[in-house]
Amino acid sequence: MSLLIRGGRVVDPVNGVDGVADVLIELGKVARVGPSLPAPQGAEVVDATGKVVCPGFIDVHVHLREPGYEYKETIATGTRAAAAGGFTAVCCMANTSPVNDNGSITEYILDRARTEGSGVRVYPIGAVTRGLRGEELAELAELAEAGCVAFSDDGRCVMNAALYRRAMEYTLPFGTPVISHAEDHHLARGAAMNEGVVSTELGLPGQPAAAEEVMVARDIVLAELTGAHVHLAHLSTAGAVRLVRDAKARGIRVTAEVTPHHLVLTEEAVRGYDPNTKMNPPLRTKRDVEALIEALADGTIDCIATDHAPHALSEKEGEYDHAAFGVVGLETAVAVLLDRLVRPGLLTLPTLVSRLTCDPARLLKLPGGSLTPGATADVTILDLDRELAVDPTRFHSRSRNTPFTGWQLRGGPWMTIVNGRKVSPA
Amino acid sequence: MAWTRKDLLTMRDLEPAEITLLIDTAASLQEIATREIKKVPALRGKTIVNLFYEPSTRTRTSFEIAGKWLSADVINFSASGSSASKGESMLDTAKNIAAMSPDVVVVRHSSAGAAELLARELRCSIVNAGDGAHEHPTQALLDLLTIRERKGHFEGLHVAIVGDIAHSRVARSNIHAMRKLGMTVTVAGPPTLIPPFVQELGVKVAYRLEDAIRDVDVIMMLRLQHERMSAGLIPSLREYSRYWGLTLDRLKAHARSDVLIMHPGPVNRGIELSPEVADGPYSVILDQVTKGVAVRMGVLFLLAGARGESA
Repeated sequence: MSLLIRGGRVVDPVNGVDGVADVLIELGKVARVGPSLPAPQGAEVVDATGKVVCPGFIDVHVHLREPGYEYKETIATGTRAAAAGGFTAVCCMANTSPVNDNGSITEYILDRARTEGSGVRVYPIGAVTRGLRGEELAELAELAEAGCVAFSDDGRCVMNAALYRRAMEYTLPFGTPVISHAEDHHLARGAAMNEGVVSTELGLPGQPAAAEEVMVARDIVLAELTGAHVHLAHLSTAGAVRLVRDAKARGIRVTAEVTPHHLVLTEEAVRGYDPNTKMNPPLRTKRDVEALIEALADGTIDCIATDHAPHALSEKEGEYDHAAFGVVGLETAVAVLLDRLVRPGLLTLPTLVSRLTCDPARLLKLPGGSLTPGATADVTILDLDRELAVDPTRFHSRSRNTPFTGWQLRGGPWMTIVNGRKVSPA
Repeated sequence: MAWTRKDLLTMRDLEPAEITLLIDTAASLQEIATREIKKVPALRGKTIVNLFYEPSTRTRTSFEIAGKWLSADVINFSASGSSASKGESMLDTAKNIAAMSPDVVVVRHSSAGAAELLARELRCSIVNAGDGAHEHPTQALLDLLTIRERKGHFEGLHVAIVGDIAHSRVARSNIHAMRKLGMTVTVAGPPTLIPPFVQELGVKVAYRLEDAIRDVDVIMMLRLQHERMSAGLIPSLREYSRYWGLTLDRLKAHARSDVLIMHPGPVNRGIELSPEVADGPYSVILDQVTKGVAVRMGVLFLLAGARGESA
């Protein structure tokens, strides 16, 4: 079975490719990339003229909610949302019920992905501590053997620095990073948004940028102590960017991600008390957004991840301070990034592609991320001219909690191919 | 100037002329309280629901009396003993109440933004009677009416608001309203009770009571909630009252002789206000309560009465 993607602009940052070429896929692998490739007998030909052909996009931070919260999302709906959004692989966080803190849960997730999934690759992330309670280590070796690609108590911060240090040390031989949800629980207690002039006006409890920065600093110090690779989830403040930049300059093994919503929204969006502007970390200030974009462009921030966090309407429609934290992102990320970062020239297209492909693949040692011949044939094709208003009723995700409803966006995913097989449009 | 809004949610949103209209309307209705028969037919046939999710004596009673003096039917709905205690969401409860066609829903809730949420979802008029630490517009209006009666004007007056600014909806509503009316506002309290970037709302900040009350026309003392200690914001009530309690000695030593002492109530006697000050000649605290009924009559009249007639 072969597939020839003809006439698109191929953007493959790892190989320094940015130009019109054909991509030939055979037996689930990239066979050749070059001009005017002949179509083998029986090959399906995709006309990608005017489109952008990239390695498959990888999202290292999603919540698929299964097992336990199937009313918010399932592996089936979540991977369909990923495919529709242009992602060929997702890493799912451990805060399911039961928590993914032992090998049997990991196996369950992988099994469901195989049988119910859209074809998008699913890489589970294991819990650092049992039940995410922050008290004792989860069975990390068994989790790694079962297929976990990283460890995180995401949603909570491991407040016990000694325990977190031991997690870093224990997982060193596995070659897997620990992923930090950097948030000091005491500084952030009770907060519904960023602490600043907007929280003062709205009368909502705020958490200072320091709640994140204190823990980013701690985790950098622990990475230095242990030699472990610490990956910082959803960076949101200029101060955290500064700490990461400094740590990288000193050779510490720290990497970081940023979400689309932290790149394009500020705390001003909270005015009006729409619970779909409530997430953790919270939307920050314009100055923070500028620092995040700059850091993404210069590589201080390694990759973009959605932190896709589905919640049912009943959890997101009432009083702001009672609403759940988090927004969905898989089906809006690419369009938001193309329209709000690439189109105004804040980020080049090749850099954006890099931050969604080879960079996340490198961090978690995942296959894919390039169109190198012999590489697994995961491909995302973009249409830079498509114009669409964000309409949550059309989401494949089971949940609708997006802050981007009604946004008119130009550019978006056009086709998603995993292992040489089209997964979107289905 | 005519009233055109469906709801009264914040002071921040109002134009100065709208604030003046609200105060003037309240002032004109004040004399009803002095009549033998305290009832006018202005809102006959109108239904007002008091939807209170937080305990409140003075505000709820004040709205109830105001509605009744205007001949509206007033129904009280408090969260305990209702469907709220059975786990119904506020939005569901409110939609159910709205389905019974009230003209005005007066809402008090511990969540900032609760009144805006209802205003967005319901067709009837919403009056914000306090939403979390956000706003309490009728309190600001009654404070303003009290000040105007005593001082005769607003422009150029200097007000000190003292105490737990961070958690105070009264402070926020007053800050917005007073700034719009040309008054100077100083907020004062220990730094842990001053919200971040409050200067950007156009106020001055003082960290000593003596500095705050010097040369001001009005001192507004706020209630200190006891839970601020457990949250680690102040060491003890004893220390708070020692440094931030307004005593007669302090008042005489540092404040002007014509200063007004205000408090939105309920007063912690001996904590933020000594009894001699609370009951003394400078105090207009009970006058504020009296004005509260007039202000709520004015608000209900403009929302349920005037709007209905012009429509």
